[in-house]
Amino acid sequence: MSVGTTVIHRTLMKGNEAICVGAIAAGCRFYYGYPITPQNDIPEYLSAHLPPIGGTFLQAESEVATINFILGTSASGQRVMTSSSGPGISLMQEGLSYMAGSELPAVIVNISRSGPGLGGIAPSQGDYFQAVKCGGHGGYKMPVLAPHSVQEMYSLTMLAFDLADKYRNPAMILGDAIVGQMKEPFEQTPYVPPVATEKPWALTGCAGRPRRHVKSLYLKDNAIEVHNWKLHRKYQRMQEDEVRFENYHLDGAKIAIVAFGTAARVSKTAIQWARNEGIAVGMLRPITLYPFPETQVDEVAKRVDVVLVIEMNTGQMLQDVKMSSTCHDKIRFLGKPCAMPTPEEIHGEIRRLAGKAE
Amino acid sequence: MKEREKGGFVKNVFTRPESLVDVKTHFCPGCHHGIAHRILAETIDHYGLREKTVGVACVGCSVFLYDYIDVDVAEAPHGRAPAVATGVKRAQPDRFVFTYQGDGDLAAIGTSEVIHAANRGENITVIFVNNTTYGMTGGQMAPTTMLGQKTSTTPYGRDFRKDGYPIRMAELLATLEGTAYSARVATSTPAQIRKAGEAVRKAFDMQLKEMGFSIVEFLSTCPTNWGMKPIDAQKRVLGEMSDYFPLGVYKERKQADFL
Repeated sequence: MSVGTTVIHRTLMKGNEAICVGAIAAGCRFYYGYPITPQNDIPEYLSAHLPPIGGTFLQAESEVATINFILGTSASGQRVMTSSSGPGISLMQEGLSYMAGSELPAVIVNISRSGPGLGGIAPSQGDYFQAVKCGGHGGYKMPVLAPHSVQEMYSLTMLAFDLADKYRNPAMILGDAIVGQMKEPFEQTPYVPPVATEKPWALTGCAGRPRRHVKSLYLKDNAIEVHNWKLHRKYQRMQEDEVRFENYHLDGAKIAIVAFGTAARVSKTAIQWARNEGIAVGMLRPITLYPFPETQVDEVAKRVDVVLVIEMNTGQMLQDVKMSSTCHDKIRFLGKPCAMPTPEEIHGEIRRLAGKAE
Repeated sequence: MKEREKGGFVKNVFTRPESLVDVKTHFCPGCHHGIAHRILAETIDHYGLREKTVGVACVGCSVFLYDYIDVDVAEAPHGRAPAVATGVKRAQPDRFVFTYQGDGDLAAIGTSEVIHAANRGENITVIFVNNTTYGMTGGQMAPTTMLGQKTSTTPYGRDFRKDGYPIRMAELLATLEGTAYSARVATSTPAQIRKAGEAVRKAFDMQLKEMGFSIVEFLSTCPTNWGMKPIDAQKRVLGEMSDYFPLGVYKERKQADFL
């Protein structure tokens, strides 16, 4: 397909590989990582595809080292990415806190496992709290993007780089084994770089300028309070400007599903089945889990009879939905830890809520 | 007429290095960080690297390195400086990259990072200051604390049956193929300070010639946490510390002969 004179390639790929294609398109030339299932396609792809284009792939001795390689390359002013899964992301929490405190951009991909502990490799959304509330110390925030298709694995990765640079902050892609491992065609829409790309804070050697520091330690007087207010205002700007969501058949809906990622993808099938039966059901799909579409959820909850939150956990985003809405009596939950709900299960629940269950 | 007034005979033999910021340090009386800082700054000047250097500061007394050394500096999480330096060096291979780490930072919480940076032959230089204690947090036991040494967490003295032994990092890192240079120096006498300067220059040289990982371990004092007068602290370095942690060059790559 082509738009104007630009040819858009349509490619069949795994979601994990689409992340790599998106990262390279966005100008990322540095990737560091440590093996963990179910995201190994990412380091494997980039170990083959970065060196030929002058990029750097380096396998670290641990996720602790990985996130600090990332910190160093980010401080150098370069776009850089890592990927991991739950246990590895846990080990990166220290570095993420330092990067948020030092205001360093990077893209962190979590193709999450099911936990806690070593858990399993089944698809799960059990890392929602860790990603959205931020598991490291000190109360920082980062944009969290939740792709529900291979297309979005590609496009949201490019967006994650832009958000990270725009806010000088780590940004996370939160997926699972389903969106990571499934293959489907996606369009390689061209990357449009942001207008401002300078990094006047990068550590490049102080030739012709005063020395620069990248740091998160603020010991003097009330410096740490001042710094935290600055970070807080940044997080507020994210909340005001960066909320992204999909409105899926919400107009006229009586039942509104709220789901993200794989759970949302499965819900779309069930919603189609139910709509074919005349049930007025739609979905609000948060694409940014942080910033969460708070006002949008509230507006929808006021409009519909029932809000059905569906997650592959026992109720994490559910809390944000409840925080966003005053209509608590309308909110229902369907969830399974460490397992994907089937379209049949979701369809059955929609029918029951619509009063059509046998 | 005196020689001085004739002019032409006066030579300035001692100046502040250009890379050393003209401020008072926060270090305690008798602490050797100031000496190590000066040697570092002199070496940066020696090779004309001030404007193409990125330093990495660790967690501990030396975190304020960036207040004293006039170069770009990143602050690393505790123990992670060699990993941060790896990220900087991989992104900017033409920049000079060093870390400056204490013994708690490098030999306890950051052991993994320094060993793997060395083993990769990461082309960075590590200045490692070993004063056998955690200075900033109040003198707790470090991995390098001497047997029998009383600290705020070994009030009865370090006992090998419970806490193991002081770890010799310069020797340990010298065993790794990726290490180009590993030496231990002290700064308790003028002669030692001169030798320490030579070692740091050699370590810098290794990085500039892309020979691999280089480290210089400084035996240093902490009079405050040792509960000693500065003079007695010097004697301790020259005595029991140098006996257990022998000074010397443990590895010096002569050419780019790695496998």
